[in-house]
Amino acid sequence: MDVFLQTLVAGILKGGLYALIGLGMTLIMGVMGIINLAHGQLMMVAMYATYVCFHYMGIDPYWALLISMPTLFLVGVVIQKFLLNPLMKVESILPENQVLMTVGIGMVLTEIMRFIFTSNYVSVKTSYSAAARFVGGISFSVPLTIAFGFACVLTLLLFWFLLKTDIGRSIRAVSLDGEAAELMGINSERVKAITMGIGAALVAAAGTLLLPVYYLFPDIGGPFTRKAFIITILGGLGSTVGAIFGGVTLGLAEALGATYIGMAYEDMVSLVIFVVVLLFLPGGFKRLTKV
Amino acid sequence: MAYFRVSDITKYFGGLAAVNRVTFQVEQGQIYGLIGPNGSGKTTIFNLINAYFPLTHGEIFFEGQMISGLKTYQICRRGIGRTFQVVKPLKRMTVMDNVIASAFLHSRTKSQAVDLAEEMIEFCGLVPHKLKLAKSLPIASRKRLEITRALATKPKLLLLDETAAGLNPHEMDEAIGLIKKIRDAGVTIIIVEHIMKVIMTISDRILAINHGMAIAEGTPSEVASDPEVISAYLGEDFRAES
Amino acid sequence: MKQYTRPLICLAVLIALPWIVQHPYPQHLMILILMWAAIGSGWNLISGYTGQVLFGAAAFFGTGAYTAALLVNKLELSAWWGLPLGAVTSVLLAFPFGWISFRLRGPYFALVTLALNEIMRSIATEWESLTEGMVGLLVTQTWVSKVPYYYVALVLAAGSIVAMEFITRSRLGYYFVSIREDQDAAESLGINTVFYKMVSLCVSACMIGLAGALYTNYMGFIDPKVVFALHDISIVAILVGIVGGVGTIYGPLVGATIMVAVMEGFRSGAFGLLHILANITGSPLVATLTKYVTQAHLLAFGVLVIMVILYLPNGIMGDWPILRKYLFFWKRGSA
Repeated sequence: MDVFLQTLVAGILKGGLYALIGLGMTLIMGVMGIINLAHGQLMMVAMYATYVCFHYMGIDPYWALLISMPTLFLVGVVIQKFLLNPLMKVESILPENQVLMTVGIGMVLTEIMRFIFTSNYVSVKTSYSAAARFVGGISFSVPLTIAFGFACVLTLLLFWFLLKTDIGRSIRAVSLDGEAAELMGINSERVKAITMGIGAALVAAAGTLLLPVYYLFPDIGGPFTRKAFIITILGGLGSTVGAIFGGVTLGLAEALGATYIGMAYEDMVSLVIFVVVLLFLPGGFKRLTKV
Repeated sequence: MAYFRVSDITKYFGGLAAVNRVTFQVEQGQIYGLIGPNGSGKTTIFNLINAYFPLTHGEIFFEGQMISGLKTYQICRRGIGRTFQVVKPLKRMTVMDNVIASAFLHSRTKSQAVDLAEEMIEFCGLVPHKLKLAKSLPIASRKRLEITRALATKPKLLLLDETAAGLNPHEMDEAIGLIKKIRDAGVTIIIVEHIMKVIMTISDRILAINHGMAIAEGTPSEVASDPEVISAYLGEDFRAES
Repeated sequence: MKQYTRPLICLAVLIALPWIVQHPYPQHLMILILMWAAIGSGWNLISGYTGQVLFGAAAFFGTGAYTAALLVNKLELSAWWGLPLGAVTSVLLAFPFGWISFRLRGPYFALVTLALNEIMRSIATEWESLTEGMVGLLVTQTWVSKVPYYYVALVLAAGSIVAMEFITRSRLGYYFVSIREDQDAAESLGINTVFYKMVSLCVSACMIGLAGALYTNYMGFIDPKVVFALHDISIVAILVGIVGGVGTIYGPLVGATIMVAVMEGFRSGAFGLLHILANITGSPLVATLTKYVTQAHLLAFGVLVIMVILYLPNGIMGDWPILRKYLFFWKRGSA
């Protein structure tokens, strides 16, 4: 029973981070209708930024959030403005050119990072990386718990932003009906750029928060993109609340899989979930709960 | 047994009934009109007949056999063709190729398809545009192409969805002429329109719809003078026009 | 018949090529080009013509490759049986896959093909009793000279292109394009879209699987990382298609030529020129440059994807009229 509870805790804590990843992607999908296959690569870039902050400037990852998030925000805006927005105007036979474009972007990001940092594994070992607190006989990983806390704060900030600010409302308007939003005076191109920036910033936060308990190498983007996609689909495309549920679900599934099946199969587990979710749950949790 | 019969059909989207217990029948060789304000469910009815959406409730019969439950392409093979409100040609191909693609349904070889396509293009008056790319055509010709493509599937019953929308008066007259020509060639037609002039002049019978429900049925003059129809849809404009 | 003069001349040149160029390295490049032309044609059929984008072509390539290798490894048959049987196994994979996945539209279908790619790779890696896992499988090569392999590849590439010529003019071709342009309209015109999508996928899988089987015979060694590679096979297949021209018959041939040039150009450091330069100058800067260039082909792919989508979305064959205008403009400008 203890092992089970332990697994649950680990799963939920990690799930909080996953929710951040999913929130970013679902925003992008909901507003722009783009499946961003470079999402994991953006996270990887943020993780390298965090690594640089820690290794070369002695900045603790949690402070590095203040650097990685804005940086990736800018990266997201630039990508949307110069590479993705122009695609809306291109008329071609090529199907799925938007998704392909994100694949290309992901490859470029990965290779640039490989160029700078080589393919070697790196990690960030802070004083608390391996620390744990015991509450009621269950071990709570300190970095994961703090990360979970940050994830909650950021999620609440995001909801406040989307519900209460003008830009947030514009974003929601564009996601509901882009054309109508344009007709009502919203500069949807700008809104899309900002949304991509926010999505990138959120996944950057996830990366920064995850780095103390994970490892980093350039090809780590791919698996995370896949996870982002699973979370988004599980939660229902474009549903921010759904992304939270999706993130926690995936966190739990992975934790349970790791405990009861074995670490080697973690990749297979997420692959199978990926396929099953795509084929049988097109509406995600959203469909089941009408959120 | 009527040639084509729609019985009690209903379609719910979530909690909203887009089409609510609609029943009507069409005799062979008739032109049957469906009128109603925007959003009243006319195109949804076509989508139900065509099996683009599944029926929530009700049945559809054609030539004495139940077709509700068949797949879209099977319904076309049974002899029901349709055009779309927003025309969907193969943009990057020529008019000729567009029609050939549909003509294959009832042709075994390519040369048969080509012959059938030529025939249909001539019937619909698109010969001068034959080798032009579909995307370069003006709207009136595109609508005509849409009809031609549907005709190439040799339908016995043709569903025409808003074929006159966006046309100027002259083009509209030509469209009306084409529709009559199709009927004279032996095709039964159900037409959805919200332009009064078109539907009132060519329909043998009309069904008026509002909020997914039938509100009146009869000859054009009967429906036009029905008080419910006037209040729901026609308003003062039609009386001024007539 | 006039429209076929250029392809026929091309074919004649290709047939004569091994006599003109006798050095094995260019012959190797030509074999690669022909192999990729076949893969690209397969990709183009399902993605370019039918509009169902394949992101995981390697799933079929690897299946064909492993079929050939396993025939040797398990049944001690010649790996050449892998060609017909590789085509069969690829179709056997495509059929249930398409059956389950074609309910998904557009990008979601593309993503499932990615998943299929990864799943096949995992199976090949983990099922060690069957495939020897990461160790890979060795196959003795039938010939020492590259020339016979060249002609097999030529038959494969020419066959794929001829098949495309026939398909595009036939009912299949018209139906595929109808599905691509608007699936709902196609259904309303009596086309059984599920059936025809399956046909398209199976033919594509067949072409790609054949190429995989050829690869096993030619290279003599395969492992999961190589034949089920996402970046080096699946993405390259897409690039061959989009660079050459989506939805054109000769696009894949053009695309294959360019992609092989890019791939080998980077991997070999500008075909060995950079190495020579480094040796001559003895400069560490050139040496480092050489090192980076030889590892930069994935970066080149990524940049190429972005550039093509933005500026040449219909590929070289597709956007040829526009391209020609630019070329003439450039020529005239510099006169």
